[in-house]
Amino acid sequence: MQTASRLAIYALIELAANPDRQISAADIGEKYRVSAHHLAKVFITLGRAGLVQSVRGVGGGYTFTGVAKRLTLLDIISLFEDTSNTCRLGDPSKATEEEWALFEVTKEINDLSLATYGSITLATLLKQIERRKTRAEREKDAAAAS
Amino acid sequence: MSDKPRNAAAPALKISRASSDYLDRVVDLDARITGQPKPDYWQDIFERYASRHVEERFFLVAESAERAGDRILGLIVGEVRGWEFGSDPCGWIFAVSVDPDHRQMGIAEALFQSMCDEFRKIGIAKVRTMVQRQNPLHMSFFRSEGMVAGPFIQLEMSLDE
Repeated sequence: MQTASRLAIYALIELAANPDRQISAADIGEKYRVSAHHLAKVFITLGRAGLVQSVRGVGGGYTFTGVAKRLTLLDIISLFEDTSNTCRLGDPSKATEEEWALFEVTKEINDLSLATYGSITLATLLKQIERRKTRAEREKDAAAAS
Repeated sequence: MSDKPRNAAAPALKISRASSDYLDRVVDLDARITGQPKPDYWQDIFERYASRHVEERFFLVAESAERAGDRILGLIVGEVRGWEFGSDPCGWIFAVSVDPDHRQMGIAEALFQSMCDEFRKIGIAKVRTMVQRQNPLHMSFFRSEGMVAGPFIQLEMSLDE
Protein backbone atom coordinates (compact mmCIF):
# COMPACT_ATOMS: atom_id res chain seq x y z
CA MET A 1 0.00 0.00 0.00
CA GLN A 2 1.35 3.42 -0.93
CA THR A 3 1.89 6.17 1.66
CA ALA A 4 -0.95 8.36 0.34
CA SER A 5 -3.44 5.48 0.65
CA ARG A 6 -2.31 4.75 4.19
CA LEU A 7 -2.57 8.41 5.20
CA ALA A 8 -6.03 8.65 3.64
CA ILE A 9 -7.21 5.65 5.66
CA TYR A 10 -5.77 7.12 8.88
CA ALA A 11 -7.41 10.49 8.16
CA LEU A 12 -10.79 8.91 7.43
CA ILE A 13 -10.56 6.78 10.58
CA GLU A 14 -10.05 9.95 12.64
CA LEU A 15 -12.92 11.81 10.99
CA ALA A 16 -15.39 8.89 10.98
CA ALA A 17 -14.64 8.12 14.62
CA ASN A 18 -15.45 11.74 15.53
CA PRO A 19 -18.43 12.61 13.34
CA ASP A 20 -19.39 15.67 15.40
CA ARG A 21 -15.96 17.28 15.28
CA GLN A 22 -13.96 19.13 12.68
CA ILE A 23 -10.38 17.93 12.74
CA SER A 24 -7.49 19.76 11.15
CA ALA A 25 -4.86 18.20 8.93
CA ALA A 26 -2.27 19.44 11.44
CA ASP A 27 -3.89 17.45 14.27
CA ILE A 28 -4.04 14.30 12.18
CA GLY A 29 -0.49 14.88 10.95
CA GLU A 30 0.77 15.19 14.51
CA LYS A 31 -0.87 11.94 15.57
CA TYR A 32 0.54 9.99 12.63
CA ARG A 33 3.88 11.81 12.47
CA VAL A 34 3.44 13.24 8.96
CA SER A 35 3.48 16.78 7.63
CA ALA A 36 0.22 18.70 7.25
CA HIS A 37 1.44 19.59 3.76
CA HIS A 38 1.56 15.91 2.80
CA LEU A 39 -1.90 15.37 4.27
CA ALA A 40 -3.33 18.41 2.49
CA LYS A 41 -2.72 16.71 -0.86
CA VAL A 42 -4.48 13.60 0.41
CA PHE A 43 -7.45 15.68 1.57
CA ILE A 44 -7.80 17.27 -1.87
CA THR A 45 -8.32 13.81 -3.36
CA LEU A 46 -10.69 12.77 -0.57
CA GLY A 47 -12.68 16.00 -1.02
CA ARG A 48 -13.00 15.45 -4.77
CA ALA A 49 -14.30 11.93 -4.03
CA GLY A 50 -16.96 13.40 -1.73
CA LEU A 51 -15.59 11.68 1.35
CA VAL A 52 -14.64 14.80 3.33
CA GLN A 53 -15.75 18.39 3.55
CA SER A 54 -13.56 21.23 4.70
CA VAL A 55 -14.78 23.87 7.12
CA ARG A 56 -12.82 27.13 7.07
CA GLY A 57 -12.13 29.55 9.89
CA VAL A 58 -11.32 29.26 13.57
CA GLY A 59 -11.93 25.72 14.76
CA GLY A 60 -12.18 24.66 11.14
CA GLY A 61 -10.96 21.41 9.72
CA TYR A 62 -12.43 18.45 7.96
CA THR A 63 -15.54 16.33 8.51
CA PHE A 64 -16.36 12.91 7.12
CA THR A 65 -19.16 12.92 4.55
CA GLY A 66 -19.01 9.32 3.38
CA VAL A 67 -20.89 6.24 4.60
CA ALA A 68 -18.62 4.30 6.95
CA LYS A 69 -20.64 1.09 6.64
CA ARG A 70 -20.30 1.13 2.86
CA LEU A 71 -16.85 2.59 2.22
CA THR A 72 -14.26 -0.17 1.89
CA LEU A 73 -10.51 0.09 2.19
CA LEU A 74 -10.32 -0.85 -1.48
CA ASP A 75 -12.54 2.14 -2.35
CA ILE A 76 -10.08 4.42 -0.56
CA ILE A 77 -6.92 2.82 -1.92
CA SER A 78 -8.32 2.97 -5.45
CA LEU A 79 -8.38 6.77 -5.21
CA PHE A 80 -4.60 6.85 -4.92
CA GLU A 81 -3.23 3.87 -6.80
CA ASP A 82 -4.02 1.42 -9.55
CA THR A 83 -5.68 -1.60 -7.97
CA SER A 84 -6.70 -3.31 -11.17
CA ASN A 85 -5.28 -6.79 -11.31
CA THR A 86 -3.85 -6.37 -14.78
CA CYS A 87 -1.60 -8.76 -16.59
CA ARG A 88 1.99 -7.62 -16.12
CA LEU A 89 3.41 -9.89 -18.76
CA GLY A 90 3.54 -7.29 -21.46
CA ASP A 91 2.31 -9.07 -24.54
CA PRO A 92 0.85 -12.35 -23.17
CA SER A 93 1.33 -14.05 -26.51
CA LYS A 94 5.11 -13.63 -26.13
CA ALA A 95 5.36 -14.57 -22.42
CA THR A 96 7.32 -17.68 -21.56
CA GLU A 97 5.99 -20.49 -19.34
CA GLU A 98 8.35 -19.23 -16.60
CA GLU A 99 6.83 -15.75 -16.82
CA TRP A 100 3.33 -17.19 -16.78
CA ALA A 101 4.13 -19.31 -13.71
CA LEU A 102 5.42 -16.32 -11.74
CA PHE A 103 2.48 -14.24 -12.95
CA GLU A 104 0.05 -16.86 -11.59
CA VAL A 105 1.69 -16.71 -8.18
CA THR A 106 1.62 -12.92 -7.99
CA LYS A 107 -1.97 -12.85 -9.27
CA GLU A 108 -3.00 -15.28 -6.51
CA ILE A 109 -1.51 -12.96 -3.88
CA ASN A 110 -2.98 -9.87 -5.52
CA ASP A 111 -6.47 -11.43 -5.74
CA LEU A 112 -6.39 -12.21 -2.04
CA SER A 113 -5.26 -8.68 -1.15
CA LEU A 114 -8.00 -7.10 -3.24
CA ALA A 115 -10.67 -9.36 -1.72
CA THR A 116 -9.45 -8.52 1.77
CA TYR A 117 -9.34 -4.76 1.21
CA GLY A 118 -12.70 -4.93 -0.55
CA SER A 119 -14.38 -6.70 2.36
CA ILE A 120 -13.27 -4.35 5.14
CA THR A 121 -15.36 -1.23 5.54
CA LEU A 122 -14.35 1.84 7.50
CA ALA A 123 -16.99 0.87 10.10
CA THR A 124 -15.44 -2.60 10.42
CA LEU A 125 -12.00 -1.04 10.90
CA LEU A 126 -13.39 1.25 13.62
CA LYS A 127 -14.87 -1.79 15.39
CA GLN A 128 -11.52 -3.56 15.11
CA ILE A 129 -9.80 -0.56 16.70
CA GLU A 130 -12.31 -0.60 19.59
CA ARG A 131 -11.73 -4.33 20.10
CA ARG A 132 -7.97 -3.74 20.24
CA LYS A 133 -8.42 -0.97 22.81
CA THR A 134 -10.70 -3.17 24.94
CA ARG A 135 -8.24 -6.07 24.75
CA ALA A 136 -5.30 -3.82 25.66
CA GLU A 137 -7.20 -2.41 28.67
CA ARG A 138 -8.12 -5.92 29.80
CA GLU A 139 -4.49 -7.04 29.55
CA LYS A 140 -3.35 -3.93 31.42
CA ASP A 141 -5.88 -4.56 34.20
CA ALA A 142 -4.84 -8.22 34.39
CA ALA A 143 -1.15 -7.22 34.60
CA ALA A 144 -1.92 -4.70 37.32
CA ALA A 145 -3.91 -7.27 39.32
CA SER A 146 -1.18 -9.93 39.18
CA MET B 1 -32.05 -18.27 24.44
CA SER B 2 -33.38 -14.78 24.88
CA ASP B 3 -35.19 -12.20 22.85
CA LYS B 4 -32.61 -9.80 21.44
CA PRO B 5 -33.95 -6.37 20.52
CA ARG B 6 -31.76 -4.75 17.86
CA ASN B 7 -31.83 -1.26 16.42
CA ALA B 8 -35.02 0.81 16.03
CA ALA B 9 -35.85 -0.54 12.58
CA ALA B 10 -35.49 -4.19 13.56
CA PRO B 11 -38.23 -6.23 15.17
CA ALA B 12 -37.52 -7.73 18.61
CA LEU B 13 -36.10 -11.14 17.81
CA LYS B 14 -36.71 -14.57 19.18
CA ILE B 15 -33.76 -16.83 18.38
CA SER B 16 -34.22 -20.50 19.03
CA ARG B 17 -33.08 -23.91 17.91
CA ALA B 18 -34.90 -25.12 14.85
CA SER B 19 -37.21 -28.07 15.30
CA SER B 20 -39.04 -29.97 12.58
CA ASP B 21 -41.91 -27.50 13.06
CA TYR B 22 -39.74 -24.94 11.30
CA LEU B 23 -38.97 -27.02 8.20
CA ASP B 24 -41.62 -25.50 5.92
CA ARG B 25 -40.70 -21.97 6.97
CA VAL B 26 -36.99 -22.62 6.42
CA VAL B 27 -37.72 -23.97 2.92
CA ASP B 28 -39.84 -20.86 2.32
CA LEU B 29 -37.07 -18.50 3.49
CA ASP B 30 -34.47 -20.24 1.32
CA ALA B 31 -36.81 -20.20 -1.68
CA ARG B 32 -37.38 -16.46 -1.24
CA ILE B 33 -33.60 -15.92 -1.28
CA THR B 34 -32.53 -18.38 -3.97
CA GLY B 35 -35.73 -18.52 -6.01
CA GLN B 36 -35.69 -22.31 -5.78
CA PRO B 37 -37.55 -24.42 -3.17
CA LYS B 38 -35.34 -27.27 -1.94
CA PRO B 39 -37.45 -29.27 0.54
CA ASP B 40 -35.38 -32.48 0.25
CA TYR B 41 -32.13 -30.64 0.88
CA TRP B 42 -33.50 -28.89 3.98
CA GLN B 43 -35.11 -32.10 5.24
CA ASP B 44 -31.65 -33.66 5.14
CA ILE B 45 -30.07 -30.65 6.89
CA PHE B 46 -32.76 -30.83 9.59
CA GLU B 47 -32.12 -34.53 10.14
CA ARG B 48 -28.38 -34.02 10.40
CA TYR B 49 -28.15 -30.71 12.25
CA ALA B 50 -31.41 -30.27 14.15
CA SER B 51 -32.00 -33.78 15.45
CA ARG B 52 -28.68 -35.69 15.70
CA HIS B 53 -25.63 -34.84 17.84
CA VAL B 54 -27.35 -31.62 18.83
CA GLU B 55 -24.86 -31.16 21.66
CA GLU B 56 -22.39 -29.95 19.01
CA ARG B 57 -24.60 -29.16 16.04
CA PHE B 58 -26.64 -25.98 16.03
CA PHE B 59 -29.42 -24.93 13.69
CA LEU B 60 -30.79 -21.58 14.90
CA VAL B 61 -33.67 -19.58 13.49
CA ALA B 62 -34.69 -15.98 14.11
CA GLU B 63 -38.29 -14.84 14.08
CA SER B 64 -40.18 -11.80 15.26
CA ALA B 65 -40.74 -12.05 19.02
CA GLU B 66 -44.19 -10.51 18.63
CA ARG B 67 -45.17 -12.64 15.67
CA ALA B 68 -43.68 -16.03 16.54
CA GLY B 69 -45.08 -18.65 14.19
CA ASP B 70 -45.00 -16.20 11.32
CA ARG B 71 -42.35 -16.46 8.60
CA ILE B 72 -38.81 -16.79 9.92
CA LEU B 73 -36.45 -13.87 9.35
CA GLY B 74 -33.14 -15.68 9.29
CA LEU B 75 -31.20 -18.83 10.05
CA ILE B 76 -27.68 -19.95 10.86
CA VAL B 77 -26.23 -23.47 10.89
CA GLY B 78 -22.97 -24.55 12.49
CA GLU B 79 -21.24 -27.41 14.21
CA VAL B 80 -18.07 -28.37 16.03
CA ARG B 81 -15.39 -29.59 13.64
CA GLY B 82 -11.85 -30.72 14.26
CA TRP B 83 -10.70 -32.33 11.11
CA GLU B 84 -8.05 -30.03 9.71
CA PHE B 85 -4.38 -30.98 10.03
CA GLY B 86 -3.54 -30.73 13.71
CA SER B 87 -6.45 -28.43 14.46
CA ASP B 88 -8.19 -28.26 17.82
CA PRO B 89 -11.96 -28.59 17.54
CA CYS B 90 -13.51 -25.30 16.46
CA GLY B 91 -16.95 -23.93 15.80
CA TRP B 92 -17.72 -24.00 12.10
CA ILE B 93 -20.46 -21.89 10.50
CA PHE B 94 -21.56 -23.01 7.09
CA ALA B 95 -24.88 -21.31 6.44
CA VAL B 96 -26.31 -17.87 7.21
CA SER B 97 -29.43 -16.51 5.55
CA VAL B 98 -31.58 -13.45 6.24
CA ASP B 99 -34.90 -12.54 4.69
CA PRO B 100 -34.13 -10.01 1.91
CA ASP B 101 -36.82 -7.67 3.29
CA HIS B 102 -35.18 -7.64 6.72
CA ARG B 103 -31.51 -7.10 5.94
CA GLN B 104 -29.35 -4.36 7.50
CA MET B 105 -31.33 -4.73 10.73
CA GLY B 106 -28.83 -6.71 12.75
CA ILE B 107 -30.54 -10.10 12.33
CA ALA B 108 -27.48 -11.89 10.95
CA GLU B 109 -25.38 -10.34 13.70
CA ALA B 110 -27.83 -11.56 16.37
CA LEU B 111 -27.76 -15.07 14.86
CA PHE B 112 -23.97 -15.03 14.64
CA GLN B 113 -23.60 -13.91 18.26
CA SER B 114 -26.10 -16.56 19.40
CA MET B 115 -24.11 -19.20 17.56
CA CYS B 116 -20.89 -17.98 19.20
CA ASP B 117 -22.65 -18.18 22.59
CA GLU B 118 -23.59 -21.81 21.87
CA PHE B 119 -19.99 -22.65 20.98
CA ARG B 120 -18.68 -20.89 24.11
CA LYS B 121 -21.09 -22.86 26.31
CA ILE B 122 -19.47 -26.12 25.23
CA GLY B 123 -15.92 -24.83 25.64
CA ILE B 124 -15.11 -23.95 22.04
CA ALA B 125 -12.64 -21.07 21.78
CA LYS B 126 -12.51 -20.41 18.01
CA VAL B 127 -15.14 -20.00 15.35
CA ARG B 128 -14.33 -20.43 11.67
CA THR B 129 -16.05 -20.34 8.33
CA MET B 130 -15.16 -20.42 4.65
CA VAL B 131 -16.53 -17.92 2.15
CA GLN B 132 -15.93 -17.17 -1.48
CA ARG B 133 -13.56 -14.24 -1.63
CA GLN B 134 -15.60 -12.82 -4.49
CA ASN B 135 -18.73 -12.77 -2.35
CA PRO B 136 -18.55 -9.30 -0.75
CA LEU B 137 -21.82 -9.76 1.17
CA HIS B 138 -20.56 -12.72 3.17
CA MET B 139 -16.96 -11.50 3.37
CA SER B 140 -18.00 -8.07 4.67
CA PHE B 141 -20.47 -9.55 7.15
CA PHE B 142 -18.01 -11.93 8.78
CA ARG B 143 -15.31 -9.24 8.79
CA SER B 144 -17.67 -6.79 10.48
CA GLU B 145 -18.22 -9.38 13.21
CA GLY B 146 -14.49 -9.44 13.85
CA MET B 147 -13.46 -12.52 11.88
CA VAL B 148 -10.02 -12.36 10.27
CA ALA B 149 -7.94 -14.70 8.11
CA GLY B 150 -7.06 -17.79 10.12
CA PRO B 151 -3.98 -19.99 10.13
CA PHE B 152 -5.34 -22.34 7.44
CA ILE B 153 -5.56 -21.62 3.75
CA GLN B 154 -7.82 -23.46 1.38
CA LEU B 155 -6.00 -25.08 -1.56
CA GLU B 156 -7.48 -26.78 -4.57
CA MET B 157 -6.46 -28.43 -7.80
CA SER B 158 -8.32 -29.17 -10.96
CA LEU B 159 -8.47 -32.94 -11.58
CA ASP B 160 -9.09 -32.75 -15.30
CA GLU B 161 -5.63 -31.45 -16.28
